[in-house]
Amino acid sequence: MTGNSPASEVVLEVADLTVGFPSDDGLVQAVRGVSYGVRRGEVLGIVGESGAGKSVTSLAVMGLLPRSAQVSGSVRFRGRQLLGAADAELNTVRGRNISMIFQDPMTSLNPVYSIGFQVAEAIRAHHSVSKAAARNRAAELLELVHIPNPRQRLDSYPHELSGGMRQRVVIAIAMANDPDVIIADEPTTALDVTVQAQIMESLQTAQQQTGAAMVLITHDLGVIAGQADRVLVMYAGKLVEVGTAEDVFYTPRMPYTVGLLGSVPQLDRPGTRLISIPGAPPSVLHLPAGCPFAPRCPLVVARCTEKEPVLEPTTGPEHLAACHRSAALVGAAPGDVFDASASAVVESGRDA
Amino acid sequence: MSAPAWRTDGASRGGSGPIVAARNLVKHFPVRSSGLLRRQRGVVHAVCDVSFDLADGETLGLVGESGCGKSTLARLVLNLIEATSGQVCYDGTDLTTLSSKQMRGLRRDLQIVFQDPYASLDPRMPVNEIIAEPLRIHGRFDAAGRTQVRDLLRTVGLEPEHGNRFPHEFSGGQRQRIGVARALALRPKVLVLDEPVSALDVSIQAGVLNLLDELQSELGLAYLFVSHDLSVVRHIADRIAVMYLGRIVETGPADALFDGPAHPYTQALISAIPLPDPRRQRVRERITVVGDVPSPADPPSGCRFRTRCPTFAAVLGEAERRRCVDEVPELVDRGQGHPVACHYAEPKSLI
Repeated sequence: MTGNSPASEVVLEVADLTVGFPSDDGLVQAVRGVSYGVRRGEVLGIVGESGAGKSVTSLAVMGLLPRSAQVSGSVRFRGRQLLGAADAELNTVRGRNISMIFQDPMTSLNPVYSIGFQVAEAIRAHHSVSKAAARNRAAELLELVHIPNPRQRLDSYPHELSGGMRQRVVIAIAMANDPDVIIADEPTTALDVTVQAQIMESLQTAQQQTGAAMVLITHDLGVIAGQADRVLVMYAGKLVEVGTAEDVFYTPRMPYTVGLLGSVPQLDRPGTRLISIPGAPPSVLHLPAGCPFAPRCPLVVARCTEKEPVLEPTTGPEHLAACHRSAALVGAAPGDVFDASASAVVESGRDA
Repeated sequence: MSAPAWRTDGASRGGSGPIVAARNLVKHFPVRSSGLLRRQRGVVHAVCDVSFDLADGETLGLVGESGCGKSTLARLVLNLIEATSGQVCYDGTDLTTLSSKQMRGLRRDLQIVFQDPYASLDPRMPVNEIIAEPLRIHGRFDAAGRTQVRDLLRTVGLEPEHGNRFPHEFSGGQRQRIGVARALALRPKVLVLDEPVSALDVSIQAGVLNLLDELQSELGLAYLFVSHDLSVVRHIADRIAVMYLGRIVETGPADALFDGPAHPYTQALISAIPLPDPRRQRVRERITVVGDVPSPADPPSGCRFRTRCPTFAAVLGEAERRRCVDEVPELVDRGQGHPVACHYAEPKSLI
């Protein structure tokens, strides 16, 4: 999808990334052949439910997976292969060119150092500047993410700050070295809605100030709708739909995306019955043959359980879906797809 | 707050009086020093002067951010913690005056479903036993008990054959259904749902919400639905009360509250919720509040929201602000059609 755009534009390119974790019961296939590219200044949203492999994908990009993980494929930053690179080499990229924001600000800061020290540390790790200069820059960064009285705050410790403030500090650290890519993994999940809105604003500031590409991982479709230029939908370790935000939200071509969109209660549409996707995500330990969504899919046909669908263009060359039945979704509302056939699915499930 | 105008609101729905009525509920938690004597150093004002009615068969949504006192209020309603002052009347009986023995009989009618389905089920009990436990405690597990448990499992959409399994064998959504089945075992009239879907993925959450909807129409339950998620509350509740730092700041029928939120905090909450619709989400008017919730151990004087209020900061003049600082705004209808606790309430259309 990004292969035909100029190589200089794509800053991070992930190709056929596969991650498995050996366990006593066999190989846990957390990520199965994920490919994407992020262009400079673009926000790429990755959405999916817990266990879909969203976080593992980004940890693999950062080279932060445990040693036991079996990783294959390629992760290229500006043409440089990161997968399998030595730690020393990765350290010149991590935090400098690609930085990451984790979900829980309570655990991603070091409790025994002041926040000024931690922001300055991130700067000094990649630039040889004096302590005083780094501290000044740290104060500027804190101001950019809207922390009041940044100079006084430099000497505060993480426990003295609220969750929202801590997450801002993490964002300040992430943008300290003008990265080219910021990976934000559920940056607002642990926060209250009003604080969440503030943090999303800070993130936008960070992204605009640095001109970085952003990979925004979240389970919240609302956040994706407001922020992302392009969206990847993940299910059971695979990409099942890829497209612009408008493609994915207005003309979804994968039943899982349709169900996901229909299951969110919407403020402006009260009283509509929510779609509940029957069943639960499959265990990535023993994946069924064929499409991983087939056991829960109302449109399932014999082919779905035989052959796993690949990503194919649907409404446009950039809008891809991995579904044998995507043509059946043209013009269908979520309620038509799921409710009418929901009981039928339960019945056929029992027969099997 | 004497005789708020909306008291009749709940009563008019069912045609009879409210099934649960809370009046001027207050809960203060002491803050003690860490020394040997554990002297009291202050109080956390968790719930301050809260009144509401819950009618038969109705859902009252209680929303607010973490630390606003909504869970404390839910527990006060069930008399699980003792109120500092105020009353909770269930069917005309004041629960706060009852002994724990007298309370026990009433617990049949008032049940709770907790937030975390991983922590609220005993991992060493099979599901059948978990659901039968309330029946046994209240001496109602008789010859038909087993069938009753099977029926309950079926009611919440689980296979009765799975009753011999243990909680760890179920997914989060299924466990929450078990929690609901346990709460329903004694055929309660009121169900307090404390963030029942917050720990679940959206597609699973939808199933539990639909189940709660169906149960209500079948069994005529009254729900007190506590949540931080406005879109979930909007979906399920008939009436909504918005809490901030221990006080209800705005309450009214769900439609009225969302069509014309009048309290700046409600407006900020509504506008902070991202709509899963890219075109509309990107052109929406945003009302952002600054900072974080102040400590409930030392709440601001007057209006508790004034420290973060965009109206207070940008619109009001010096004299008007004085009123916010000095005078606690009462929760009354100031011409918005529903009660709002703001001196300068003004309805806004945000969706």
